[in-house]
Amino acid sequence: MIPEIGHFALALALALALIQSVVPLVGANRGKLLWMRSARTTSIGQILLVSIGFAALVRSFVVSDFTVINVAANSHSLKPMLFKVAGAWGSHEGSLLLWVLILTLFGAGVSVFGSNIAESMKARTLAVQAWISVGFISFMLFTSNPFDRVFPAPADGNDLNPLLQDVGLALHPPFLYLGYVGFSIVFSFAVAALLEGRVDAAWARWVRPWTLAAWMFLTAGIVLGSWWAYYELGWGGWWFWDPVENSSFMPWLLGTALLHSAIVTEKRDAFKSWTILLAILTFSLSLLGTFVVRSGLLTSVHAFAVDPERGLYILGLLTLSIGGSLGLFAWRAPLMEPGGVFRPISREAGLLVNNLILGAATGTVLFGTLYPLFLEAVTGEKISVGAPFFNATFIPMAFPLILLMGAGPFLSWKRADLSGVLQRVKFVIGLSVFATLVVWYLLERGPLLAYISVLLAVWLLLATLREWTMRIRLFDIPLAQSLRRARNLPRAAHGMTLAHAGMAVAMFGFIGSSAWKTEEVVFVAPGTVIEIAGFDVTFEGVERVKGANYFADRGSLAVMRDGEPVTTLYPERRYYPIAESSTTESAIRSTLAGDLYASIAEPASEDAELSGAWTLRILYEPLVNFIWIGSAMLMLGGALSMTDRRLRIGAPKRKSAIPAVAAPAE
Amino acid sequence: MTRMLALLPLLVAVVFGGFFLWGLNPERDPNEVPSVLISQPAPEFALEPVAGLETPGLSRADLVGNETPVVVNVFASWCVPCRAEHAVLTSLVERDGIVLFGINYKDEPDDAARWLAELGNPYARIGSDLSGRAGIEWGLSGVPETFIVGTDGTVLYRYVGPVVGEVAVAKFREALTQAGALKQEGV
Repeated sequence: MIPEIGHFALALALALALIQSVVPLVGANRGKLLWMRSARTTSIGQILLVSIGFAALVRSFVVSDFTVINVAANSHSLKPMLFKVAGAWGSHEGSLLLWVLILTLFGAGVSVFGSNIAESMKARTLAVQAWISVGFISFMLFTSNPFDRVFPAPADGNDLNPLLQDVGLALHPPFLYLGYVGFSIVFSFAVAALLEGRVDAAWARWVRPWTLAAWMFLTAGIVLGSWWAYYELGWGGWWFWDPVENSSFMPWLLGTALLHSAIVTEKRDAFKSWTILLAILTFSLSLLGTFVVRSGLLTSVHAFAVDPERGLYILGLLTLSIGGSLGLFAWRAPLMEPGGVFRPISREAGLLVNNLILGAATGTVLFGTLYPLFLEAVTGEKISVGAPFFNATFIPMAFPLILLMGAGPFLSWKRADLSGVLQRVKFVIGLSVFATLVVWYLLERGPLLAYISVLLAVWLLLATLREWTMRIRLFDIPLAQSLRRARNLPRAAHGMTLAHAGMAVAMFGFIGSSAWKTEEVVFVAPGTVIEIAGFDVTFEGVERVKGANYFADRGSLAVMRDGEPVTTLYPERRYYPIAESSTTESAIRSTLAGDLYASIAEPASEDAELSGAWTLRILYEPLVNFIWIGSAMLMLGGALSMTDRRLRIGAPKRKSAIPAVAAPAE
Repeated sequence: MTRMLALLPLLVAVVFGGFFLWGLNPERDPNEVPSVLISQPAPEFALEPVAGLETPGLSRADLVGNETPVVVNVFASWCVPCRAEHAVLTSLVERDGIVLFGINYKDEPDDAARWLAELGNPYARIGSDLSGRAGIEWGLSGVPETFIVGTDGTVLYRYVGPVVGEVAVAKFREALTQAGALKQEGV
């Protein structure tokens, strides 16, 4: 009964979405306020109905209702409760429902919190959002119904892929989708602006909190996925340039460009068509990601059950949304009047270069990701494009970007004084070079590329801090006054400082864990001692342990340094009998200085198993935790910027010069 | 001009869309790696032995006229999965009596000799392919790869990646059995 209620609620949500995709739009064109306002009711109705559907699905997973095919295929009665709930979005159908839930969440969010947005703009935006709803709810209902039943019901379920039974991964899709799908509302704003034929500072300000929210969640989603890959896959890497990773990274890159170009639109009324284009393309890349994961188009470690019919349906949706919006762009964008002018050395120019680099980087990642498909279509040859391509192309583009990122905030709008800026940062440049030389002196080894990266990361960190201290005139004036200045500084400024510094911190993690990583892969028998990065690791053997729905071989490794015991690591190899697959659970000793990371693979042969010999992979990843710290700073920076006063109160209202009630002349 | 520029994103999107439509063809499997060599004669090559090893070198002629089909394994000391695979191959040689040849791919002879000294040398012949030229002839996509070559020098089977783990080993043994290099299981 409950699954049918869920199914029915989704059908009703589709009906509401259909209404919302027409009525507010007509209202906006004819100036009928009531029609425009209907979007508020329908968007809240949509989120309620989709929530009912989602709750029904979660309930089916929680009570292990195996009459629902989706539950039978992806759950098991013995699975821990957290993963039963997370199983609701572990499959193609369930994740699509989550996708739609978040889509309606953002629509309802704009109608509830967007009280400062002009009625016609809000109505058009919500109508466009409803078009997307119609597309995806119908996709779900017609090709991927999460509530399909099976009779007779199987006695128990097939279990969720054990690799996915993990806290990091249970949270990864919701955050990733909040980001991916969050850009839908930005897209809707952009299409609405094209329909309206007007983009101005107020528009940029309306869009900003939603862009920031989507960007933050996408950052969180990507980082969670990366963190999961780091500790779960047992390879010790945190980024693999896998097509699906790339598909989440591209909207992030372009979304970052959008955040910056929207600033120019807001402050200087320039870059209008460019901002609109970025808003459209960012969501288009999110859609592309959805398409790649669900169509089996490319070889990837991530994939849902592939079905060409579904792929075709999504491609149809993509054609309509991307083709339609870009067509609208081609028609309307040339009509937008250009905004403020600026000199080659100015903050606008800096942000323009930032956008060009981020755009080019996105293009490169897109090209590398899809190149195997293009080549196969044209010549029939099959290749894969791996990390070497992306490292060779992406990193050189990132360097000037980081260089500029440190300098950009010093530039003033319209026209900046380059020599003045250099004057202010020369101390920072000197200090960065000195710090890099110290690192070189201390380490003596490592590729040149790594030292260039260190130089840039130190530069970014110091320049960002210097800019902040200049704003509050720290050390220049008494501390109390500086603190008062800091309090009065807009939160967006603090947000920028925090995010840029976070990027620098994350860079230390990227560099340390890739350039100075040490790795040993050895066959070990009980008693074998491995030396790595100053640690002596003794393999003590493997024992069999039993978990809720798996059993595991757990190795124990005694870690010593300079003869002092440090810790004992317990890497596991788990076997899930129901899902018939196994996973590695690496053991990590985490400190700020670096992670000692151990994982055991299976015994190389039956003989080896009898003698207790295992393949042990042990790594030392210096500074790797700075990646997570830096990413958290990026997100906090975004959050801080989102709470900026100007976004809460909306466009500044001009104080009327004449008192509203004139004093009676007496 | 502006108009053309504004149209550009749409044109790019249309081209992408065309490729995607093509890519959705249900016959197409992006995960499948084509093996051009299957049922073809093994390529022509002649490799010197690894310097510092007693084991003789390997050439095309050594693949022809053996009593049973032979296994040609491409390995390198720098290749991590090869280490895990080594034990599987050793057991195939020692317990099942298969004939194992090796191509030491882009590997320093010193490193290879040390590697084999440490892990044991199950190979009857090893050719040193320092330049990777023979690897091109064999159409390698990576290391390790393992081929089964029939007594007439025809390539019967190709396994890409390490033959490690129950599933992979079972698959490989099955191929060996079919090729006639292995007696029926359990006999």
